[in-house]
Amino acid sequence: MKVSDIVEKLGLKVCSGEQGLNKEIEGGYTSDLLSDVMGNADADQVWVTLQTHKNIMAIASLKELAAIVLVKGYEPEADAAEQSNEEGIPILSSEEEAFELTGKLYKLLSVE
Amino acid sequence: MKTFRVDLHTHTVLSPCGDLEMSPVNIVEKAKERGIDVLGISDHNSTLHAPLIKKLAAKENIEIMMGAEVTTKEEVHCLCFFETEEKLVVFQKYLDKHLPHIANDSDKFGYQVVVNEEEEILNEVEWLLISGINQSIDQLEKKVHELDGLFIPAHVNKMQDSIISQLGFIPIDLNVDALEISQHTTKSEFLKKNKYLKNYNFIRSSDAHYIDNIGNTWTNFFMERRNFEEIKMALAGIEGRKIEIK
Repeated sequence: MKVSDIVEKLGLKVCSGEQGLNKEIEGGYTSDLLSDVMGNADADQVWVTLQTHKNIMAIASLKELAAIVLVKGYEPEADAAEQSNEEGIPILSSEEEAFELTGKLYKLLSVE
Repeated sequence: MKTFRVDLHTHTVLSPCGDLEMSPVNIVEKAKERGIDVLGISDHNSTLHAPLIKKLAAKENIEIMMGAEVTTKEEVHCLCFFETEEKLVVFQKYLDKHLPHIANDSDKFGYQVVVNEEEEILNEVEWLLISGINQSIDQLEKKVHELDGLFIPAHVNKMQDSIISQLGFIPIDLNVDALEISQHTTKSEFLKKNKYLKNYNFIRSSDAHYIDNIGNTWTNFFMERRNFEEIKMALAGIEGRKIEIK
């Protein structure tokens, strides 16, 4: 499944990094502790979080994540969005909370 | 240059987690007993006890750094200090504006009281002070430096409530005056795991919540005299001033 597929199926807003929408997703990770994501997320996963600080992009880039999904309608801070555009790692935004969004994402990705 | 014993991280009875014995009078007495030259008053998201402690400490020749330990929206604890009461008041207004209105439950979190010299309760703070304020760490840093204050991420080695636990690593463009490590580690131990931080300035403090912990950990400051400006110069390492920890 591609990043663009979850955008469409979960009704996500694309905040930045559009050129990365064709990336393939290999799973997901939900956590708001950036040090935890740094230690435990895997490449090509979608990361669900409420953190908007620019460090989310640094971690996404380091771990080669497929995309970041912000919950509760949060949007990335300007410098995070800028880096997302530069690196082509999309930051997406959902109006839903992490629990609901992760549940739906899990279902979608398990079907494959 | 003289050597001064500086402990910049102390909670008073105003902090929900601060012990009831942490009254302004007791704190000054203990700091004196421990030979502390400069003590930082850093309650969670509140500066209200610092001016009285500064007044009391002046009689004992102890310099008080007035400030707070602020929790940002990423739940990073940061020490913030200001030179004058005027600036402290401006900063307190900023905290009041951005602290969420979640009522404190004193049975669960402890009391949040402001007392006077006689230890009479003047005021009980209604909103839970350990919540995160609705401001990012970058916004907080800008506000503190706008007021010519000092901005020091607290206990960066800890696995909760620290900039490293919350943000994974220290953003290179974040303007910090120093990084604080706790009494549970040493600078060399910390740098072994965090080599990228070797050019930062480190302080070590007690983070005292109980009266017996005041001044049990400190940082040596080499300065001409004890005041805010000299502390700032020592942190910046200018004109022969410097700091040193284990």
